[in-house]
Amino acid sequence: MPMPASEIETLIKAAFPDADVVIEDLRGDGDHYACRVVSTAFAGKSRVQQHQMVYKALGGRMGGELHALALQTSAPTSN
Amino acid sequence: MLDDATKERIEQDIASEDVVLYMKGTPVFPQCGFSAAVVGVLTHLGVPFRGINVLDDMAVREGIKAFSDWPTIPQLYVKGEFVGGCDIVREMYETGELTEMFQTRGIDARPEA
Repeated sequence: MPMPASEIETLIKAAFPDADVVIEDLRGDGDHYACRVVSTAFAGKSRVQQHQMVYKALGGRMGGELHALALQTSAPTSN
Repeated sequence: MLDDATKERIEQDIASEDVVLYMKGTPVFPQCGFSAAVVGVLTHLGVPFRGINVLDDMAVREGIKAFSDWPTIPQLYVKGEFVGGCDIVREMYETGELTEMFQTRGIDARPEA
């Protein structure tokens, strides 16, 4: 079931207000997304933990109505 | 949903081999692109692994998600520890971390040139 990119972004931003969120609709079908999230909330967390935090923000939709969301997360690099 | 019997079975399975992949389909015939991608990475690194087809068993298919608090399949376990799903495996492979992780854990990984 398609889910608009704006909805994904809203859910992620609600959980990580400082986040930089870039979402790409890979096939233009509203069903296959790539998503990059950069947030200070990820500092000191493992990749597994970072992804779990995003999945939690998506409220159980991942693996359900959201089938394909390629996820890349990181904390901002200070320079 | 994770009953005790399923939990016990998962614990035994992830301890049965150094590298265990919960996937849809089999290593020879993956039935999902994400599972196929992880099989491809492991094969490319020449890492022996045991594939567990979650499509064969509904209790394991749902149980493994609760076990690792991870909503999707595939799931890669190394020495009993959850490493990640397709995105993490791919990212770690690209940065070289995956090869390094196998090597530091005494698993022979030799990327083809």
